[in-house]
Amino acid sequence: MPEIKSYTLNFGPQHPAAHGVLRLILELDGEIVLNADPHVGLLHRATEKLVETKPYNQSIGYMDRLDYVSMMCNEHAYVLAIEKLLGVQVPERAQYIRVMFDEITRILNHLLWLGANGLDLGAMSMFLYTFREREDLMDCYEAVSGARMHATYYRPGGVHRDLPMRMPQYNASFARSEREVNAMNEARQGSLIDFIDDFARRFPKCIDEYETLLTDNRIWKQRTVDIGVVSAERAIQLGFTGPMLRGSGVAWDLRKKQPYEVYDKLQFEIPVGKNGDCYDRYLVRVEEMRQSNQIIQQCVDWLRENPGPVLADHHKVTPPSRVNMKSNMESLIHHFKLFTEGFCVPEGEVYSAIEHPKGEFGIYLVSDGANKPYRLKVRAAGFSHLASLNEMCRGHMLADVVAILSSQDIVFGEIDR
Amino acid sequence: MTESVTLAIHLRERFSGVLVECREAQDEVTIVLAAADLKETCLALRDEPAFEFKQLMDVTVVDYLTYGKAEWETQSATSEGFDRAVSSNPSLADVVATGWSPSEKERFSVVYHLLSLTNNQRLRIKVNLREVDLVIPTVVNIWPSANWFEREAYDLFGVFFTDHPDLRRILTDYGFVGHPFRKDFPLSGHVEVRYDAAQGRVIYEPVDIEPRILVPKVIREDNQYK
Repeated sequence: MPEIKSYTLNFGPQHPAAHGVLRLILELDGEIVLNADPHVGLLHRATEKLVETKPYNQSIGYMDRLDYVSMMCNEHAYVLAIEKLLGVQVPERAQYIRVMFDEITRILNHLLWLGANGLDLGAMSMFLYTFREREDLMDCYEAVSGARMHATYYRPGGVHRDLPMRMPQYNASFARSEREVNAMNEARQGSLIDFIDDFARRFPKCIDEYETLLTDNRIWKQRTVDIGVVSAERAIQLGFTGPMLRGSGVAWDLRKKQPYEVYDKLQFEIPVGKNGDCYDRYLVRVEEMRQSNQIIQQCVDWLRENPGPVLADHHKVTPPSRVNMKSNMESLIHHFKLFTEGFCVPEGEVYSAIEHPKGEFGIYLVSDGANKPYRLKVRAAGFSHLASLNEMCRGHMLADVVAILSSQDIVFGEIDR
Repeated sequence: MTESVTLAIHLRERFSGVLVECREAQDEVTIVLAAADLKETCLALRDEPAFEFKQLMDVTVVDYLTYGKAEWETQSATSEGFDRAVSSNPSLADVVATGWSPSEKERFSVVYHLLSLTNNQRLRIKVNLREVDLVIPTVVNIWPSANWFEREAYDLFGVFFTDHPDLRRILTDYGFVGHPFRKDFPLSGHVEVRYDAAQGRVIYEPVDIEPRILVPKVIREDNQYK
């Protein structure tokens, strides 16, 4: 009898289906995966150590770069942790703005995931459609913060500024005629709120389009149904959160169970899967986009009716207004101290978690009373998901590794940190 | 009575023999345990219906080497300004023990964050360790999700988890030396890499970055938080 050896395959780190820089050592028996050993850390930038050397406010931008497809949600967990230690009350309007942008971010994340997942499994056109809608949402980011991705918009005590009254417009160029540009600018004539409102009205139709392409598609189902099944009990043991946990049938969502900001005042449902396979996780995420869209609409309605401050009136933590700074000595001192030294956070430790598009994103913050965090730990949802990749892949075919990896919604910015 | 207070009372009753400390602040409960009691207590916390902490959310380590030590000490001023951004070799002896930092020169704390889905509660467990005895039993067989978290803690802080099935480095480079998240490890590291055309390979060299502090760490007593 000849001895049969298993075959070792090096997958990544430069592989388009590795979703960034994942190096997978796959042990194969023919086309069956015996063992999958993910090697992570190729994007390790030591965010948690860098944060220890900077005043609190200067680290908000680092949070954007953790999970770089759901930027504002990362910031949210960070500012919540600081606010919890400081005991700062956030104005209600700022809470609604944060919730609205969290949901915009959730749609942004799920759209990228849907496009990339489609691409991985051979549904090439999905990417084009989802990026069409992502473009509009990134314009919302741009309108509110000036940056299309790394917004640094949330601040301890609220958000950086109120929603702008006008949207950025397209200009005609050699590539686009005046008439085309006018059509593109049509929804951008009013304020940002009008634009988001318009988006929320047409977005459900777009989701229907994606679903016609995928949900009942025979090839799609063959690639995803019964692939990477995780039972509810096992999902809990493995530390799954977010759509991965809900796909396995556990109705757990921090927005409902431990509501932060104004989620307890909003109407939305928690979609739950049944079998815990890739297909269920797909269905859960698609339904989550619909629910997020509903939340956005409710926030838009509230924000139209209720003007008000968006930053707490607490000038040890938030900057004073420009006018006051120029005319009032105390405000000038506050401004100077805030932008040179920062603010000191009282001694203590907190863990603040939010329902991030990928699962539970937590910030564990230890302060020794200084103007910089003493220790900050980012609890990334993808970390525990990727840790279970070996278990989920074992016994599947090589091509299913891509499907499973993709259904975990992996982003290396948050896993490697 | 808030939920966290009730949880703290339950914990004090059930684990009165093993609890080194039980704190309750910002609606969060923290218990401090000795490393020897960790496994037994964790099993009870996972399985007893009063707790049911079925999910382990996070395992991390805090290095208390420079806790409560400011970098800004203005003792003298000259015409050129204040002496400032004092950088000295960190030593645990100078750390002022407060309620939050471990006592008796215990430099490291291993921190576990638990979540109970059924009772909708969170709990933090801390185990303080001395630098000479950085060994703690693993909890992988209680919560499988601990696997990578403990690997990370080992990689970045050098805490050794006994009976861990696969305690390899996870985030740092292949062949990395040292534990980068310790407070005495410089931010810029010890080595840098570049491609050397003459040797035709990537080489490691000592870093040539001068570490400097842009904004010094300042600790201010603020009465509004008292």
